[in-house]
Amino acid sequence: MRKRQPKTYPRLTHPLVRDARDEPFRRADWPEALDRVARGLERNRDAFGMFSCARATNETNYVAQKFARVVMGTNNVDSCNRTCHAPSVAGLSAAFGSGGGTSSYEEIEHTDVIVMWGSNARFAHPIFFQHVLKGIRGGARMYAVDPRRTSTAEWAESWLGLNVGTDIPMAHAIGREIIHAGLANEAFIRRATTGFEAYRALVAPWTLSLAEKVTGVPARAIRELAHAYARAERAQLCWTLGITEHHNGTDNVRALINLSLLTGQVGRWGAGLQPLRGQNNVQGGGDMGAIPNRLPGFQDILDPDTRLKFESAWDTVIRPHYGLNLTEMFEAMEEGTLKAVYCIGENPAQSEADSEQAVRRLTALDFLVVQDIFLTRTAELADVVLPATAGWAETEGTTTNSERRVQRVRRAVTPPGEAREDIDILCALAARLGHDWKYADSEAVWNELRSVSPDHYGMTYDRLAEHQGIQWPCPSTERLEPTYLHGRLWETEPERRGTPAPFGLVRHDPPVDLTDEEYPVRLTTGRRLDSYNTGVQSGGYPSPLRRGEYIELCPEDAERYGVVVGEEVRVSSRRGAVVAPVWIDTALRPGLAFMTMHFPDEVDTNQLTIEANCPIAGTAEFKASAIRVEKLPVATIVR
Amino acid sequence: MTVTPLGIPRRLLEFTIDGEVARVPEGSTILDACRAAGKDVPTLCEGDTLRPKNACRVCVVEVEGARTLVPACSRKAEPGMVVRSGGERVRHSRRIVLELLASSVDLSTTPRVAGWLKEYEAKPDRFGPAAARLDEEPRVDNDLYVRDYGKCILCYKCVDACGDQWQNSFAISVAGRGFGARIAVEHDAPLTDSACVYCGNCVEVCPTGALSPKREFDMRAAGTWDESRQTETTTVCAYCGVGCTLTLHVQDNEIVGVTSPHDNPVTHGNLCIKGRFGYQHVQNRG
Repeated sequence: MRKRQPKTYPRLTHPLVRDARDEPFRRADWPEALDRVARGLERNRDAFGMFSCARATNETNYVAQKFARVVMGTNNVDSCNRTCHAPSVAGLSAAFGSGGGTSSYEEIEHTDVIVMWGSNARFAHPIFFQHVLKGIRGGARMYAVDPRRTSTAEWAESWLGLNVGTDIPMAHAIGREIIHAGLANEAFIRRATTGFEAYRALVAPWTLSLAEKVTGVPARAIRELAHAYARAERAQLCWTLGITEHHNGTDNVRALINLSLLTGQVGRWGAGLQPLRGQNNVQGGGDMGAIPNRLPGFQDILDPDTRLKFESAWDTVIRPHYGLNLTEMFEAMEEGTLKAVYCIGENPAQSEADSEQAVRRLTALDFLVVQDIFLTRTAELADVVLPATAGWAETEGTTTNSERRVQRVRRAVTPPGEAREDIDILCALAARLGHDWKYADSEAVWNELRSVSPDHYGMTYDRLAEHQGIQWPCPSTERLEPTYLHGRLWETEPERRGTPAPFGLVRHDPPVDLTDEEYPVRLTTGRRLDSYNTGVQSGGYPSPLRRGEYIELCPEDAERYGVVVGEEVRVSSRRGAVVAPVWIDTALRPGLAFMTMHFPDEVDTNQLTIEANCPIAGTAEFKASAIRVEKLPVATIVR
Repeated sequence: MTVTPLGIPRRLLEFTIDGEVARVPEGSTILDACRAAGKDVPTLCEGDTLRPKNACRVCVVEVEGARTLVPACSRKAEPGMVVRSGGERVRHSRRIVLELLASSVDLSTTPRVAGWLKEYEAKPDRFGPAAARLDEEPRVDNDLYVRDYGKCILCYKCVDACGDQWQNSFAISVAGRGFGARIAVEHDAPLTDSACVYCGNCVEVCPTGALSPKREFDMRAAGTWDESRQTETTTVCAYCGVGCTLTLHVQDNEIVGVTSPHDNPVTHGNLCIKGRFGYQHVQNRG
């Protein structure tokens, strides 16, 4: 095993400033740092973007989006939800009008069929997977759809190892098979959906044998999954980034939702759709309005009544159009129309696809302020760095998990040095920019949010503590709603059923980065059990499982390239090249390689990934790059 | 109309404990009833998130008409049952069990056991010094948790937590038979060569401190572990979106341990490696 010296990040304890980007940082006091930020933002009022934080509390996200909308007068606010589950939110809200997962963890213990699609929950969401295991132990059948035979797939009734980026052909073939076998829930389709005839025509060409050719999965395995899903009394369809991190991620999500509409596997206890979210508060960040198209409570900015409500609550004018999302903000940096960024707790310099390009764009900004608990790679690019507190252990507030459960986070330790709470910093800046906000504490922020978001109205801090978290929607302080969403679709009265859910008419579109003779290997990315995202957090503890970054190949490919475990190879894509050691994993198959983004200071995987974005949600195709693996010439092995 | 699933309604059943009438929902154990009645029944192998194992036998009570004493942790309450939780027969049995355990195992880090030894007038020393002790050094083979089998009472809770009841990793099992039985990972290898995923869910259920986080182990060795100076704060994990509730154990402004409430609907007391051990980054204070 090679020697690794992982980078560890000490906490930021005081503000850092500098006059020019090529100078080193110097320590500053808070008034100076805040004055500099105020000046930097003031002079870029019309070219401002806010990167809010999927790791911070709901209260911080609420104040951050309010800062963007009220103080800076822009809807350009977004978070790293863009790089992961924005397609799930976009797809679910297009179908049902609401962007949350429709079920709860407990329900999966009592369901009959579980489909884990593009999700290695055993590694990425271990405690959710314990609920899945309870279901399996109770007799549920689980099907894993994933290019890799992951440790999740080890628990499956059947593993459908499809080719990367062929999720829509697979879903359409399942849909066609369900229709042709007479297993579609015709009553549900008639009452609760629209567009079925067009959907039937759309999937008609996707026979099992064509799907076998395109996806690489045997026709009878697809057929078995289709029949199991359609015949189950209750079925859960869960997905993670294997579905969303594609250039057509939203289409992928729609293709999966179609299957639930076809069979009526949604809107009932135990039957539903469950996107598994990747950050502790990525659900809440969006719910709080830290996204460019929604106000707090997931209320549409384009709705005049909604705007009016917020305008009177905030005494401001809200721009009646969508802001730029994270991806579009990066493009606007390139065009020079976005010149100042306020980045709270995000690390886009390492988390964005095509990281070299991201760094270049951030460097070209007129003004960059980063508010974080560490001097991340992104913070190193900033004009001003503000030391913040850790949301989960040093502040009071709430976060919202994948099952829409809002839970209290509490202050357990005193933050280091001069670090200040996010809300405190935001309010100090708002004051310098002419807005005097007074929040006594996080509960005051929360109560303001409750007053403008009907879905959160019933969740007082006292009730959140009493019930160990409450799932939204919770419009009443007197009672709790069912744990699943969209039960209305099953109502017999049309007016109570509300808007029917439309089938998504989406077409197969293979990955943008095609494999060819020059770049013959498909690289896909994902998480390991003990590490997390860009590793800034998880690098801080000594995991016995951690071995650093590797390019993982199947035994056949390793033999073909004549490489062995631990040997460093050159990995190139059309955008960049890195040197990484080889690991051999039998979960892969010929032509498929795997890397993570946990160790960007050792191997910057995102130099290889492609910034091919979903046009609806803006998520990049992290899951499909074309690469080449080359042995290093002997002379260059000395690094 | 709002439909909230209420679960199956459960009848109350009635029986007597120590001459007093007890009413508990159907399916409750005698232990549940005793606790509800405010009676202190000692337990070691009982785990609120695990199925009863009936291994330690310190919770035995007398049931009228039963030939033997019954373990309160697993015996379901029945209508009309007459239970005696503290008679001489029960006290004698508990005394012997505590003496046998305390003479063969180091119970110095087992919560509450000192009080029970006194209460039941147990004299573990009467078998001679350190009778049948394992006399083995604690196994420190990784940076996250330590196995000190000298403190193991073979209750199997770690086996169940690692196995089909929660974690389904099956890294921990029982090796050997009879008096040679002991907890081990496959082939008694170091943890680092096992199927262990370091979730620490075994540590969470260990009743004696045979399994302990390395941090706690080191602090105890250095004499700095002091639970009276620790606070417990409930918050939510900072990693993935599952949203596990954490209880942070803080001493002198340092997080020294992480657990999860056993009645939490998300975790049921379980965590993964990141949630249980991945807290150091916030206190790398330079």
